[in-house]
Amino acid sequence: MTESSAAVIHTIDLSKHFGAVRAVDELTVAIPKTGITSIVGPNGSGKSTLVNLLSGTLPLDGGIVIIDGVGLRLVKAHESPQHGITRTFQEVRLFEQISAWDNIMVVLTERRLIPSLFERVKPAHRETAERVLREVGMWEKRDAMAGELSYGQRKLLEIGRAMAMNAQTYLFDEPFAGLFPQMLERVKEIVVRMRDQGHTLIFISHNMDIVRELPDHLIVLDSGKLLTEGEVHDVLSRAEVIEAYLGE
Amino acid sequence: MSQLSESIRGLGASGPLRRMPRANVERIATVVVLGWAMGFMLWQGAGFTITLTTIFAIWAILAVSLNLVVGFTGLLSVGHIGFFGIGAYTMAILASDASYDQLRTESIPTPDWPFFAALPICIALAGLVALGVGIVFNRFRDDIFVLVSFGFAIIAFSFFLNLRELTRGAFGIHEIPRPAFGSWALDGEVEFLVFALICLALVVLICWLIVTSSFGRVLTAIREDEEAIAVFGYRVTHFKLAVWVLSAMMAGLAGALLASWTSFIDPNSFILLESMLLIAIVILGGLATIWGSLLGAMAFVLLEEGMRFLPFLPPEFVGQARQVVLGVLLVVLMLFRPQGLVGRYRL
Repeated sequence: MTESSAAVIHTIDLSKHFGAVRAVDELTVAIPKTGITSIVGPNGSGKSTLVNLLSGTLPLDGGIVIIDGVGLRLVKAHESPQHGITRTFQEVRLFEQISAWDNIMVVLTERRLIPSLFERVKPAHRETAERVLREVGMWEKRDAMAGELSYGQRKLLEIGRAMAMNAQTYLFDEPFAGLFPQMLERVKEIVVRMRDQGHTLIFISHNMDIVRELPDHLIVLDSGKLLTEGEVHDVLSRAEVIEAYLGE
Repeated sequence: MSQLSESIRGLGASGPLRRMPRANVERIATVVVLGWAMGFMLWQGAGFTITLTTIFAIWAILAVSLNLVVGFTGLLSVGHIGFFGIGAYTMAILASDASYDQLRTESIPTPDWPFFAALPICIALAGLVALGVGIVFNRFRDDIFVLVSFGFAIIAFSFFLNLRELTRGAFGIHEIPRPAFGSWALDGEVEFLVFALICLALVVLICWLIVTSSFGRVLTAIREDEEAIAVFGYRVTHFKLAVWVLSAMMAGLAGALLASWTSFIDPNSFILLESMLLIAIVILGGLATIWGSLLGAMAFVLLEEGMRFLPFLPPEFVGQARQVVLGVLLVVLMLFRPQGLVGRYRL
């Protein structure tokens, strides 16, 4: 993938270091606008850091991010929705001591300070929240505190919260990790459905079965650098990938 | 949240009180506090009731407004008393009787404003100081935030004590007038009480509107995870600053009321300890509940005033005794019911 025109996100020499550790090291990569892209790589290869940089959760140390043709040297977290980006977190970060319902609601309502003071829940908010909660199968649990839900339910709720944003691009940090088969199938269905609706999906995963099955495009990172990228089966058959990632 | 609060939360992990259904505890607490108040007032008569309720109204404004910051937004501020003091001193300086100034050992400027002209300034100044302080404080979180707000309370106190050209330092300021509509001054205790209760009702209404709005929901999300909520398009610092300023303005109002009601203030009303008592009230009543703060304020005032009547307690120890009782109560509550009397949330 070299032509940036078809890319929704393009990074040039993107860098992030923590002390002496180069978590992301002059990474130049393009993520296609259509379909599902999976980011894989060994532990510590910079996958989560990359997602954190793209969503503005971490400030970048160098390089540039081009989102939909707009070049950014500074990605601010609160501006990421304006770039059409939303995300989930590896460690599932919900608003624990508020209800599942309010966890969805809070991403639907007014962002501007003063108008938000005078805004009450609108029917449109309610409809979206209900639709999303039903889609992820959490409607029955809407009144439960997020912190009281099971791990799988929390993952679903977090994905639902991202879906409620109705963004163009979704960054899912390990959406399949730690899920029972039944839940896993549900998340897979959601991801495929979102792709079919025309959204860009980018997810990190360690589950090789899913990586073989779901994505259209694969990005392999190693030590913060791009190892290789391309069509899934093509990439997975390359010698350097087998060596660096799959072992042997 | 923080390590400190994590370790507090770990204590007394499974008490019978904590497992009791919320509705039951809430009902029992409400009945006990209100019953206690009623009984006490009936026993002591009208004059006492009026005084008690006026003190309650002022503390309740403070508690409800502080709960916006502590309970709803998760910023454990122990500096609230500073804004209370700013409101009180602004009222004292602007409104105190100019003719009295000749009798003073140390003279201060006395514009001799009427109460209602000074009141908006009290509220605005508390808000303005909060804005300046808040811009700096916005950089801090959790345990560090507690420490810097601690610092603010101390700095505010030393201003009140040492800025003698304005505050008369330890002498305090006398002859602060009551509110007046034209020639009708609210001199009577009942009139003032009604006025204070109207102020409290307004504050409660505003707080209720805030916490039930979209803004209020964002505050609770900030309390839970401010990094995560930012990703969804919210400028967290603006929201935190806004609630901080609003809360300080309400404290400023409470301060103005106190100054006018007692007609005399000195720095001792605004020491750090009062801030701690205020935090105790908010936690005791319950975080992130307006009703809890009202109940907490009532329980506190009853405790404070009630101790005067204990036969075995010499009058000179009453002040210290209430601190001991409140301190012990706070520890017991943290152990067995960290969410407070009617609260749902924990620090």
